[in-house]
Amino acid sequence: MEETLMDIELKEKEEYIINMGPQHPSTHGVLRFELCLLGEQVKYVIPHCGYIHRGIEKMCEHLTYPQLVHLTDRMDYLSAHINNEAVALCVEKSMNVEVSDRVKYIRTILSELTRIASHQLWWSAFGMDLGALTTFFYGLRDREKILDIFEESTGSRLTQSFITPGGLMGDVHPNFQKRVAEFIKYFRKKLPEYDQLLTGNVIFRERTKGIGIMSKEDAIDYGVTGPSGRGSGFHCDIRKIEPYSAYPFVEVNEVTLTEGDTYARYLVRIKEMWESLNILEQLVDNVPAGPIMLELKAIKAPKGEYYQRVETARGELGVYIVSDGGPSPARMKFRSPNFSNLFIINKLAAGHKIADLVAISGSLDLVIPDIDR
Amino acid sequence: MYDFAPLIDSITSYLNTNFSPFWAGLLAMVMLGLVLLLIYAVLGLYLVYAERKICARMQNRMGPNRVGPMGLFQTIADLIKLLLKELIFIRNADNFLFNIAPFIVIVASIMAIGSIPFGKGLQAIDLNIGVLYILAISSMGVIGILIAGWASNSKYSVIGAMRSGAQVISYELSVGLALLCIITYAGTMQFSEIIASQQNGWWIFKGHLPAMIAFAVYLVAGTAETNRGPFDLAEAESELTAGFHTEYSGIKFAFFFLAEYMNMFIIAAVATTLFLGGWLPFHLFQWQGFNQVMDFIPPVFWFFGKTAFVIYLMMWFKWTFPRLRIDQLLALEWKYLLPINLMNLILISFLTLMQWHF
Repeated sequence: MEETLMDIELKEKEEYIINMGPQHPSTHGVLRFELCLLGEQVKYVIPHCGYIHRGIEKMCEHLTYPQLVHLTDRMDYLSAHINNEAVALCVEKSMNVEVSDRVKYIRTILSELTRIASHQLWWSAFGMDLGALTTFFYGLRDREKILDIFEESTGSRLTQSFITPGGLMGDVHPNFQKRVAEFIKYFRKKLPEYDQLLTGNVIFRERTKGIGIMSKEDAIDYGVTGPSGRGSGFHCDIRKIEPYSAYPFVEVNEVTLTEGDTYARYLVRIKEMWESLNILEQLVDNVPAGPIMLELKAIKAPKGEYYQRVETARGELGVYIVSDGGPSPARMKFRSPNFSNLFIINKLAAGHKIADLVAISGSLDLVIPDIDR
Repeated sequence: MYDFAPLIDSITSYLNTNFSPFWAGLLAMVMLGLVLLLIYAVLGLYLVYAERKICARMQNRMGPNRVGPMGLFQTIADLIKLLLKELIFIRNADNFLFNIAPFIVIVASIMAIGSIPFGKGLQAIDLNIGVLYILAISSMGVIGILIAGWASNSKYSVIGAMRSGAQVISYELSVGLALLCIITYAGTMQFSEIIASQQNGWWIFKGHLPAMIAFAVYLVAGTAETNRGPFDLAEAESELTAGFHTEYSGIKFAFFFLAEYMNMFIIAAVATTLFLGGWLPFHLFQWQGFNQVMDFIPPVFWFFGKTAFVIYLMMWFKWTFPRLRIDQLLALEWKYLLPINLMNLILISFLTLMQWHF
């Protein structure tokens, strides 16, 4: 039977609908969930995005390639280096040039540091979502060390714009390798604390195990990539499938679990931090010498269509450039991981409690500016 | 040593000789009320300060350290700020209930303070059903919380209030049964007599294992009853933003805030009185010298020291554990704590009957 307007009005009267967001502590930004509740139970969730849409893709059409790198920092601000790298790789691919090994190594070290920093912040905020407020300070304490390394080498802590088509903005600080090596040693000691504080906690396990189970098929259907997808056994690590930069030179172990619940997504990220430390260790002592910038006449993509994907801390970031040979792209499209990861939330959270919705949305590790771009 | 009864007796006799019985009674009540309110306010403020300092220590932070030495006056500054803030009135809210709710919550906790023995003879009223009185009064607070959630006319607040109602009513049971264990041992509900029965050993020590189980259950249930983490579902900052007091501002919000801390104090004080010997000093058998030194410390210090220890335990829970979900919370009470408690009570009745406690 067709639903008339009166039926819809009646439904709205009968159902208990609340708005979670745009200002809400556990949506981590300006995202709005429209929740329909049945007591404590969530009947359905409708995510509404677009509150901080800035039109980055359109703005890119008016900027030259080195300029538009700066906009990508503002998408997923927690993996700024990796976003920069994606654009740089795509433009380099289009021009058919290859950067020196030194640049590749430094890019990969920065990317892996970014991944750890991003997972640290996610871990902190995830604990907060579940009501364990102390995790926030543990995570930020260690993240500070990475940000200091970034600050020293790139001059910036959050939106670095250090990686640019053709190489790097400048050379890294002489202390760079030493400090990264120190950080690896430091964080190897601190990471078990994360397990002691949260992973081993009975309440935490009860809250996350068996909650929001995502099957492998669902993950593939919805395009859920990154640690969220790997928690369901979906092999989607671009570092492994299509190695770029210095990943071909090192041994990368893809972390996958098959349970697909919130706890599995949590464990994947914790294990990825260990894995990133291993990758860093293989790279940090072997950075070769070489030029940091290619000598190119002009940085612009020749006429054609180009696509490059990289693995950010949240999943697969795709950069699609349509060029007419001019100094700026004719059309630019980002396949952002968070946009795809967000929309599975109704499937995962429907039928669970409100508290579970918070845990599930936390375990998907959403960064809102990346959803809206 | 350090008996407050003579001081209080002399004040009473002074009042009785110089005033008519009506005025003497009234003056005594006013004095008591003022003293209790003062204790209430100071304790509340410094519990907030203690919580902020303790959680700062657990989180690699400094905590308040700008206002006064070591930030000691920070909470007083906060109180002044809250007093000066605008009281927001909400359209479409039930104004009468909305305004009365914080008072119900705070009055319930102020009344409970009256029967807590701070020291020998230092007790506003020594009821012969003291434990029952505390249980009855402190469970009145939930009415205020329910009214606050309902009258705010906000969906988040209603969910918070309903959670709180379910939680407090269920955990009340465990609190009562855990206290009943000690009442069975002591054979009385009067606080002064319960303390007197612990003269040669605190109940947690001489009550064998069942008393320790009762203490643990009481601590968990007590934390839940005060709506504090890891049982802070009624507030649940990351889910319901602030739950039942989302819509309150200024001093009305401060009332809820203060009442939460004072309820924690009351829970800790009752635990101290029933399980840890109240204001009695710590004694070891045979160690005469040690016992004399312990006796030298005034009872008030003993009482506050033990209470502070219990409060520290509760703060430790809050700052290290994640929050439970509502169904887990109720399952914990009805499926675990309550059966344990009932078994424990049977065991204790048996022990008491056989006179097997020390």
